[in-house]
Amino acid sequence: MEHIRMPKVENVRLLDRLSSRKAAVGTLYLTATHVIFVENGSETRKETWVLHSQISSIEKQATTATGCPLLIRCKNFQVIQLVIPQERDCHDVYISLIRLARPVKYEELYCFSFNPKLDKEEREKGWKLVNLSEEYNRMGIPNSYWQISDVNREYGVCDSYPTEVYVPKSATAHIIVGSSKFRSRRRFPALSYYCKDNNASICRSSQPLSGFSARCLEDEQMLQAIRKANPGSDFIYVVDTRPKLNAMANRAAGKGYENEDNYSNIKFQFIGIENIHVMRNSLQKMLEVCEMKSPSMSDFLWGLENSGWLKHIKAIMDAGIFIAKAVAEEGVSVLVHCSDGWDRTAQVCSVASLLLDPHYRTMKGFMVLIEKDWVSFGHKFNHRYGNLDGDPKEISPVIDQFIECVWQLMEQFPCAFEFNERFLIHIQHHIYSCQFGNFLCNSQKERRELKIQERTYSLWAHLWKNRADYLNPLYRPDHRQIWGTLHPQMAPCNFLYKFWSGMYNRFEKGLHPRQSVTDYLMAVKEETQQLEEELAVLGERLANLQKLQLNGNKVKSKQQDRSKELALSASSNSLANTPQEYSNDLKSFPSRSPSQGDEEDSALILTQDNLKSSDPDLSANSDQESGVEDLSCRSPSAGGCLPSEDSGKDSDEAVCLAV
Amino acid sequence: MEFAELIKTPRADNVVLHRPFEPAVEGTLCLTGHHLIFSSRRQDNAEELWLLHSNIDSIEKRFVGSLGTIVIKCKDLRIIQLDIPGMEECLNIASSIEALSTLDSVTLMYPFFYRPMFEIVEDGWSAFLPEKEFEFLNALTDEWRLTYINKDFSICPSYPPVVTVPKSIDDETLQKVAVFRHGGRFPVLSYYHKKNGMVMMRTSQPLTGTNGKRCKDDEKLINSTLGPGRRGYIIDTRSLSAAQQARAKGGGFEVEVYYPQWRRIHKSVERFNILQESLIKLVEACNDQSHNMDRWLSKLEASNWLTHVKEILTAGCLAAQCIDREDASVLVHGTEGTDSTLQITSLAQIILDPDCRTIRGFESLIVREWLQAGHPFQQRCAQSAYSNSKQKWEAPVFLLFLDCVWQMLHQFPCSFEFNEHFLVTLFEHAYASQFGTFLGNNENERSKLKLPQKTMSLWSWVNQPEELKNFKNPLFEANSLVIWPSVAPQSLQLWEGVFLRWNRPSKFLDEAQEEMRKIISDNRVLQEKLWDNSYFLSPFDWLPKEAVSYKLRSALCFCPIAG
Repeated sequence: MEHIRMPKVENVRLLDRLSSRKAAVGTLYLTATHVIFVENGSETRKETWVLHSQISSIEKQATTATGCPLLIRCKNFQVIQLVIPQERDCHDVYISLIRLARPVKYEELYCFSFNPKLDKEEREKGWKLVNLSEEYNRMGIPNSYWQISDVNREYGVCDSYPTEVYVPKSATAHIIVGSSKFRSRRRFPALSYYCKDNNASICRSSQPLSGFSARCLEDEQMLQAIRKANPGSDFIYVVDTRPKLNAMANRAAGKGYENEDNYSNIKFQFIGIENIHVMRNSLQKMLEVCEMKSPSMSDFLWGLENSGWLKHIKAIMDAGIFIAKAVAEEGVSVLVHCSDGWDRTAQVCSVASLLLDPHYRTMKGFMVLIEKDWVSFGHKFNHRYGNLDGDPKEISPVIDQFIECVWQLMEQFPCAFEFNERFLIHIQHHIYSCQFGNFLCNSQKERRELKIQERTYSLWAHLWKNRADYLNPLYRPDHRQIWGTLHPQMAPCNFLYKFWSGMYNRFEKGLHPRQSVTDYLMAVKEETQQLEEELAVLGERLANLQKLQLNGNKVKSKQQDRSKELALSASSNSLANTPQEYSNDLKSFPSRSPSQGDEEDSALILTQDNLKSSDPDLSANSDQESGVEDLSCRSPSAGGCLPSEDSGKDSDEAVCLAV
Repeated sequence: MEFAELIKTPRADNVVLHRPFEPAVEGTLCLTGHHLIFSSRRQDNAEELWLLHSNIDSIEKRFVGSLGTIVIKCKDLRIIQLDIPGMEECLNIASSIEALSTLDSVTLMYPFFYRPMFEIVEDGWSAFLPEKEFEFLNALTDEWRLTYINKDFSICPSYPPVVTVPKSIDDETLQKVAVFRHGGRFPVLSYYHKKNGMVMMRTSQPLTGTNGKRCKDDEKLINSTLGPGRRGYIIDTRSLSAAQQARAKGGGFEVEVYYPQWRRIHKSVERFNILQESLIKLVEACNDQSHNMDRWLSKLEASNWLTHVKEILTAGCLAAQCIDREDASVLVHGTEGTDSTLQITSLAQIILDPDCRTIRGFESLIVREWLQAGHPFQQRCAQSAYSNSKQKWEAPVFLLFLDCVWQMLHQFPCSFEFNEHFLVTLFEHAYASQFGTFLGNNENERSKLKLPQKTMSLWSWVNQPEELKNFKNPLFEANSLVIWPSVAPQSLQLWEGVFLRWNRPSKFLDEAQEEMRKIISDNRVLQEKLWDNSYFLSPFDWLPKEAVSYKLRSALCFCPIAG
């Protein structure tokens, strides 16, 4: 709290990003964990909550006649524009936020104070939801080719690797340690994915320290061991995910890539995915496009192309496709690396796994996948997502790109994924929120030292508890039998890489489709289930009646009550749909009716992020406070369809309607 | 003329057909007067391809030795390749296709020869009569009347015989107004907004010329549609400078001094060859199979197609906004009033009027606002994206309109009774069809060709129950509200169902459609079952059938917007 110079400022204006005409006046609060804006006046008291850890930049702009503008950009792509009346207050808020948004100790992060009111047992159960050794068992490992190695216990060989590493059976501890000395940060080749149908595998490592001519017998033996673990194939692919030029430049620093002459039976392949700095700049450029006020189509498309973002997404996807093809179609094992093997390698291995194995397209499987290829293999979450104040050059949207790849695949294969877009968006949100301990620190070692599992909660348990919100109604579990491995089309037009407005313009609801197919179909499915239950009950009663020849027993469902309730909420929806600014010419027309303004204001109530209430943090930002219920009526408990005893009194009215 | 004269080689064997995403097939090629027919010889999996000659946009031929190859590019944007052994056969077939796909006379077109294999339940030619439409209007307001002033097409050759005009304006006045408007297209009623009684009219540019000619009768007509003290908007689909330039050619725009209750808004929408070039560039980009992401986006941008979509949709929204939100009446025109004007009046109706979002209502809209309103389909749709010859009358005006409707369907997936397939089908039939609906440029030509007597209407076919089910959107829940689409670039997408239709495998998307249908039909079956059961259980313990759909309707919340 000592960093908060100004806990409360009144008469602050929150500007609407799309329409400068609309602004909400309210009070701004700074708390230890959140920035909160509470709207004045209206009985609904709309609230906007932003976690400090979501803040990516704060910009104080030139003071104008109306006050001092403050622009807050968030890592979940929310942009908040405030106007604070007094320059001094604005400065205090600015200075406070600068400090609050850049914590220096892990203990300052939200997850250490976040308490979802679960007991210790539940928390532990939550952390056990995702279990990696079970996952390797599912792949069929250990088996006669692969074993678990304890060479890295106590993180003795590689401090950014997990303690449990899966390696070929023929790779002795001597070979592993020798190989690790020949690899950047000692990240030796280890198993990421194993295909039990044909023994082909995906292994990952960092670049070899080959320089211009260095060799390492153990490293060569290690790759040989990987090849031998796949008896069906006489070579392995070594995929360097960097552009060739970057890899060659690394040779001068004593690093580099494998020389095909030194390793027996490898096929070496470059796949040019750019480095974290290029990706950071690319995202920056794309976000500038997203932030443009009423851009023309050309501005937008040109800006999107110029950012290069979709080109990078395609490069990652192409690499994943290449590996998936090698494993599934050629039955050849692949070793993937980049420089350190924790960014591009993680992206590519996880995309390939997702393409290969339908398990990873389920909700639980996807959690496991992130845990396997990202968390356990030492993806530097803290550095990449700037959880603690650090080097801004380390920050890069590496996992964001992976998440987008998944979304692009979902668009192309609508029935292949158990989860929906919301699931991806919430995962992205929580990678930055620091509300759960899963993504803290840079490695498993650091997390163990911090005792994360004892002090924080797991996101996976939280998502799993609310899984109903994240289901894809079109999911067909039998997808694998029908289509097998997913083969996305390679050409950009065949597989159109689209701009993901659901993510990057997430908070501009006006840009999204106004009706959600997913929510609609989920509601239908839920209702179908209720109908089934009702039908079963009715069937039972029918049988009884036929037996007893009794007709006096009143059976009536609550459906009528429900319908009234729903009809009500339906009518309130009508306000939500308002026109945009289609022309500037209309502004000056004098005959605007006074009621127009009111209507737009009431529509504005609904303009908040109406994320599902399942997210404690997010729901604070949602409509619960303002009394606007979740409009989609998705809760099955609300309906209550089972026959109830006390509803008989309504039946007279019902008869009138029937006749 | 006998078609046989044009067909030198009616049949070729051992022809190989190549289509994207499908294995090459060997078979026999036959040419008839109106079709190119290919059938594979394999008994087990006999494949047939029937292609209307009128669907062929252009053909290319090339030879490797004696093996000839013909690449056929269709108006529906499909490209197929035929390998034909024998140079002479190949040349003959190519020249026959060329001749048959560019027949001069309309009466030689397939619709005049087509005999339907289905039973006509309702004749589409008489399904949407103006008199019937007027009955609905007359029940709401008595300020309008039907006029038969154009019954012999003498006042305005591109108008239908019957149009709706203000009751207070007599035929004599109309005659004078027609002289003052381009092509005689005097202002007529396009849409009446029930909610507030505001109207949308359409016309063509006034012929003011450089010396600012005025027409008192025109002013009287236009002003008569506004009550005292009320205001209206004139939406001119040209930029101000284009409208000013038009004066030099005798055209012009309404000067506000003479129309004091009206405010003019210029909302520029592109025309003719600019649109045609845009389509050609877009399709070129979509057919480019290179794997380079950069070039794709820049080509998409350079085609300007989505810019046109945004422009047209925005103008449609603006017209709707004036009517619904500003409580003002609207008059729309450009130059001729047969292209951009119709795009805007029809889009505004889809936004405002839920009836237009049903299949029947949309058909009626097409008939009223496009066919009867005199959009010159035959000129505009003579060639599509692969045309080599530069004729200046072709333009994808109707396709752009359909694209805008698709954008709305995409943003409001549960508010339309029809699905994407319906829109694609209309696109196909506008360019090549066995039905006479889109032949001719206006009602005048259609009546001279005796289309209703000699050809079958598209609607007769579409409206059969077994066909209709293919065009139904399973997610449809009647939505009585006005729908305001977003026109931000982030919200507008390339219409893959048309432009990438032949360049992508569709099975995964089809699968999703099928799954949607299944989810909905499972629900419906149970609802019926429950209804039957509970009814049977006791006449008093019934379940209101309506109650169920309330739930679904409320699930269809409009996502909040920050507009």
